[in-house]
Amino acid sequence: MAQAAIELIGINKSFGAVRANRDINLEIVRGTIHGIVGENGAGKSTLMSILYGFYQADSGEIRVGGQPASIKSPNDAIALGIGMVHQHFMLVDNFTVLENVILGAESDALLKKSITKARSELERLEREYGLEVDPDAIIEELPVGLQQRVEILKALYRGAEILILDEPTGVLTPAEADHLFRILRQLKEQGKTIVLITHKLREIMAITDTVSVMRQGTMVATRETRKTTVEELAELMVGRRVLLRVEKGEAEAGGVKLAVKNLTVKDSRGVTMVDDISFDVRAGEIVGIAGVAGNGQSEMLEAISGIRLAVSGSVMLDGKPIDLTGAADPGELRDRGLAHVPEDRHHVGLVLAFEENENSILGYHDDPRYLRGPFLNIDAIRDDARDKITKYDIRPADCRLKTANFSGGNQQKIVLAREMEQDPGVLIVGQPTRGVDVGAIEFIHKRLIAMRDQGKAVLVVSVELDEIRSLSDRILVMFAGRIVGERGPEATEGELGLLMAGVEHREAAE
Amino acid sequence: MDMFNAIIQVLDSTIRLSVPLLLACLAGLYSERAGIFDIGLEGKMLVGAFAGAAAASVFHSAYIGLGMAILISVAFALVHGFASITHRGNQIVSGVAINFIAAGSTIMLGQAWFQQGGRTPALAPGERFGAIIWPGADAVRGVPILGPIYSELISGHSVLVYVAFLAVPFTWWVLFRTRFGLRMRAVGENPAAVDTAGISVAWLRYRALICTGVLTGIAGAYLSMVQNGGFVKDMTAGKGYIALAALIFAKWKPVNAMFACLLFGFLDALSIRLQGTPLPLIGKVPVQLMQALPYILTVILLAGFIGKAIPPRAGGVPYVKER
Repeated sequence: MAQAAIELIGINKSFGAVRANRDINLEIVRGTIHGIVGENGAGKSTLMSILYGFYQADSGEIRVGGQPASIKSPNDAIALGIGMVHQHFMLVDNFTVLENVILGAESDALLKKSITKARSELERLEREYGLEVDPDAIIEELPVGLQQRVEILKALYRGAEILILDEPTGVLTPAEADHLFRILRQLKEQGKTIVLITHKLREIMAITDTVSVMRQGTMVATRETRKTTVEELAELMVGRRVLLRVEKGEAEAGGVKLAVKNLTVKDSRGVTMVDDISFDVRAGEIVGIAGVAGNGQSEMLEAISGIRLAVSGSVMLDGKPIDLTGAADPGELRDRGLAHVPEDRHHVGLVLAFEENENSILGYHDDPRYLRGPFLNIDAIRDDARDKITKYDIRPADCRLKTANFSGGNQQKIVLAREMEQDPGVLIVGQPTRGVDVGAIEFIHKRLIAMRDQGKAVLVVSVELDEIRSLSDRILVMFAGRIVGERGPEATEGELGLLMAGVEHREAAE
Repeated sequence: MDMFNAIIQVLDSTIRLSVPLLLACLAGLYSERAGIFDIGLEGKMLVGAFAGAAAASVFHSAYIGLGMAILISVAFALVHGFASITHRGNQIVSGVAINFIAAGSTIMLGQAWFQQGGRTPALAPGERFGAIIWPGADAVRGVPILGPIYSELISGHSVLVYVAFLAVPFTWWVLFRTRFGLRMRAVGENPAAVDTAGISVAWLRYRALICTGVLTGIAGAYLSMVQNGGFVKDMTAGKGYIALAALIFAKWKPVNAMFACLLFGFLDALSIRLQGTPLPLIGKVPVQLMQALPYILTVILLAGFIGKAIPPRAGGVPYVKER
């Protein structure tokens, strides 16, 4: 008889008027991998934070190993053998691996003993689970995959029997994600219980034994993974049928709209991030740039959109060259018909403290349509914002609401609406669906394809390989600041994954 | 030999002048390493100086004076903590407020209690920290070179001078060899990591601020009970700010902090020594220029001669649990 590692009974939690968790019941069987899926804001993270003692439930009961447990702080959770790997790593970047592992679990007031103990303990964990990592390495010098491993080691060092992982693969390459899954399977074989929170259904199918679906704060279903399908889970998550892969016709590519020539970009430390790349985007096609985060995509986007000065390089917009090394300012590029949806909507794309209608014209605020003499024409701006809200199904449909109060997906729609409605010739989009729900992803993808079908040139940069493969007519792979290969949309994930890891560098350069 | 004596004298006053800077700088190191910016070092030193001199003159005891200096300074540190940790207020605003309160209240209370225009009564020798003469200091005074170094530079300072310099290795040891130090450094870099490890961010930061208060209290006591024989209004004269500059210059490391403070102390000593003395080639330099020298150097050093100084990453940011 399978034994429950954790039982949650009737958990409720509200933040002000928002009911993040409503009457949640969940049973997690010992020695299994249990997935929890749901859209952003469905309450997954809140539920797990309650389990880890970060928040207290308003009502309800938690049982660990059959015993009622009172978890008032992470300390209590740790004592009960619950460990958590957070989405944003809880590591001190300039500490060594060892220091991070012992932080909060030191054996006495002086460090010497703790360090010696941790060192031998890490060696044991390395042997047992294949979790190799240099104990004296500084965290910020490690790749994210290894940083995550340190998080897992931290939990195991504290004697975790139950490991909660919150969106663990968001920052990983496909190869790193595979490695993580191997580690998780091994942990499971050793009898550990694993709770995996994710919105990536493919991962759920690949690794979990059981999956629970959350929607709007409630637990809507629990299924045995092998008896369910991706389509069913998506439907449960969103509450309606969703298309996971947008349907689109053949691209009818026309003339070159955007040509990037010999672009080289250095970052603030003087490291070359983009190394002499050139490519074209034609009218009526979507070009996708795949690559692991940090391989120069961000810098390339910033240079092309005029936010960052390039060391060398230019763009041709409709045949007219614009130098990117000098005074190419975003405004000029925008006037010439290049619209940009930045990767980081919170810091670059939006002013979160502004009302929705203000953000919906930002950057186009000197357009005569929005002006009355030297002043802003507030009525015109609000009417315009309401139009966009209807057209892009932005919720809540209130153009006076502070932008910070919209969900990630709706914030992204605000930016997309602003840029797309200017009817640009060229649209460049960074991470179109980062932190966006399944339902909104479908909508955004459809919009991008509609732009393409109107004969616009669309450049999409994304670290989500699925997204690149589903949207693009041509795929360029970036690795270490260079374009290391071009593939058609039929390219397999494995093939692209190797390119992204820089493995086929030599062949690709031919 | 005159030259040698002059050098010894300058170095001797370098030590005396660096002590308050060093204590304040280490004080700032504790709070900033824990992620709390403390522009109120100046104010805490000032209240420490006042409380120390006032208590010493009333109770006729240097040690009661020191204790009171530490107590009041810690109390002010806790006010800063209450505003910036518990209530997540702006740390700069809170620090500036502390400086204003300190400057005003010391004069006001001084006048109310002692009626000497904001000063405290001149302290008798027993109410001050006297010089400690090391064994054999007088005997070796005549020995060339080593004699003066031992008897002038090493021996003959007050106990607080030795406390200040011993605080350097002690702080290093606390920071890098103890659990408290590890956690304190962590909370200044990433408080969320500390919180998820099951440690209280607030309590940790309060403890760091208490360390700050103790050290600024000693620094204040040094000013009013060693360097001077009583409290004079605004006697800290910007030392708290110089200490902050030294802290940045030292990249938040204790041993560097000592050298930075010695450098500032040396410039100060030099400017006093050279006042009115014509320099070769340049001739007579205005007093004001010499007095400005340490500040000019601060600007130059901080403007780029020290490389990139990376402050603790969570510095200045109140910790709010993410939703």
